[in-house]
Amino acid sequence: MSTAPVPWIKAALQSPQDLVACTLPQWEHLIHQARRANLLSRVAENLREHGLMPRVPPSPRAHLAAALVMAGAQKEAVEREVALLRTPLAKVDVDLVLLKGAAYLIAGLPAARGRVFSDIDILVPRHKLAVVEGALMLDGWSTTHHNPYDQRYYRQWMHELPPLQHNARRTVLDVHHAILPLTARLKPDSTKLLAASQPIAGEDRLRVLCPTDMVLHSATHLFHNEDLSQGLRDLADLDSLLRHFGQEPSFWDALTHRAVELDLARPLYYGLRYATRVLGTPVPAEARRQADMGRPSRLGIRLMDALYDRALQPVAPGGVGSRTPLSRQALYMRAHWLRMPPLLLAWHLSAKALRREENPRPGAA
Amino acid sequence: MIVADLSYRELEQRLAGPGLRLRTGPLVSLIRSRLPAVVRGISLLYAEYPTDDAGGFADFRVQVDRPRNLRRWLQPQAHFFSDGSVPFKPLPLDQAFPMLEWGLNWCVSSHCHQYLMFHAAVVEKSGRALILPAPPGSGKSTLCAGLVNRGWRLLSDELALIETGSGRVVPLPRPVSLKNASIDVIRVFAPGVAISRPVHDTAKGSVAHMRAPSDSVGRALETARPGWIVIPRYEAGLAAALIPLSRARGLMRMADNAFNYSVHGRGGYQVLAQIIDQCSCYEFGYGDLEEAAAVFNDLAA
Repeated sequence: MSTAPVPWIKAALQSPQDLVACTLPQWEHLIHQARRANLLSRVAENLREHGLMPRVPPSPRAHLAAALVMAGAQKEAVEREVALLRTPLAKVDVDLVLLKGAAYLIAGLPAARGRVFSDIDILVPRHKLAVVEGALMLDGWSTTHHNPYDQRYYRQWMHELPPLQHNARRTVLDVHHAILPLTARLKPDSTKLLAASQPIAGEDRLRVLCPTDMVLHSATHLFHNEDLSQGLRDLADLDSLLRHFGQEPSFWDALTHRAVELDLARPLYYGLRYATRVLGTPVPAEARRQADMGRPSRLGIRLMDALYDRALQPVAPGGVGSRTPLSRQALYMRAHWLRMPPLLLAWHLSAKALRREENPRPGAA
Repeated sequence: MIVADLSYRELEQRLAGPGLRLRTGPLVSLIRSRLPAVVRGISLLYAEYPTDDAGGFADFRVQVDRPRNLRRWLQPQAHFFSDGSVPFKPLPLDQAFPMLEWGLNWCVSSHCHQYLMFHAAVVEKSGRALILPAPPGSGKSTLCAGLVNRGWRLLSDELALIETGSGRVVPLPRPVSLKNASIDVIRVFAPGVAISRPVHDTAKGSVAHMRAPSDSVGRALETARPGWIVIPRYEAGLAAALIPLSRARGLMRMADNAFNYSVHGRGGYQVLAQIIDQCSCYEFGYGDLEEAAAVFNDLAA
């Protein structure tokens, strides 16, 4: 087995039976890489489903078991929140349209298996944003960002409200009205996403994006997000969605057409490129040919390959001072560049730079 | 092999190079640091702990070091890294060793969900564990340090790890954290016990660490059945007395001090209820450590 980081995770995600031959140092490496990438519970779930847990040595198995306990608790919490969110939204006559992890879970997709959830994301029509926010506040949700600059940043330029947190349950909710910032160069139309969204069978007013849009959102999120530390987890989502929906032959044609319709041909190109490069996602040749219309210049691709191949690696075993953080910083800048016009970007970055961070100090407990 | 088998120079080289694989109870931490305060702390407080050679499995990989930037020349700081991530803000350089201890606690409490975890000190006598759940400032660590110097075995001064299948306490004996006045109290109470040089002006005031007794380190894999749950409270001048507490209240006090009770859901409640069923619960006020130790020795008799 290779010692390069990504092939390890790739084996763990796709052929868990290969892992039982690992030595203890290899397990150590894998557990730490997978934890860093927020994929430990997914690896554990794969091993469990294949009945391989008893063949894992006790020390690494304890970490896998711990990750499964945590993932199970998060899954229950998301299901509970989704059930509870339906009441306030129904009061203002808005359907609950779930995005990302919560959507995968409620739609019963394999992408939800062993997935870590940090918050719940929903999509509402922009003209309903104010009434939805009001209804949620009455239901016990409050804003997490009290700084006036942050409030303006979100409300004037972003595609979501400042994250809300429930006063009693402490869960975090992102209310989106679009899948990209208002200031971004690409302008996917949210009304099209909402119009094509699909109901969850047997549930009233509970919806998820249609398969093509779910994939396009996943690709867009990955390649416009400023925080690439979750990049491999996001890529694993995309991989799982493509493997699942891609079994239906008509899916690929629909996907490339929909990408053009939503102004998302570029993110789809990158999504398919890095899913196949990094995780070996099967994509039919015809679909790749069609996705080529979103291809950037040759130089652009070489630069992006260099950055993403590094940034999508979990952190090197050396830990501190490897090159990965640098490529993540470059991609942080790139994501901002794509999200905002230059002058606004200069303004925003200087506002952030001149501000003190608030972070926990150890030993305060 | 134990840490004391390495010369100081070898310990320094190992910490600066491949890292020291330090075994505490069921967990192995791979520790790296170039900071003299960390080498000194480990040499003094972890001398009798097993150290594994490369080839084994490390549960956590941590590093305490100066950052590689200009800041190292100006008000030098220590950073704590866990697997390349930085969970805390940096601290002044002289707090590097306490930072390692807090960082290792953080590693356990944020990852080891195979256990039900409580913020509690735990000591053991004749196979029964005395669990002392309490928020900081209640005199829990002082009482724990006192008891382990009067015949009790140290399981942990900070983290009660409960095996969810058996409901037994898994030891994690590490140096006992002492704060402010407690440092001198223990110096007087147990003269000769190794205590690290106090570090001042931390988030918890002055902090020093007491070496865990050899017997506790040697028996670090022996789990114990919960026997008593006691909520301690130190108050100057108070006569030591145990006041019985209902099991329901004992359960609530444990839940208040849980790290991951909600993560375990219903299963967590069942394990906790099973523990409470086999424990006697008390509140305990004390003003003098010697008196306190006598009360607990009677309790265990």
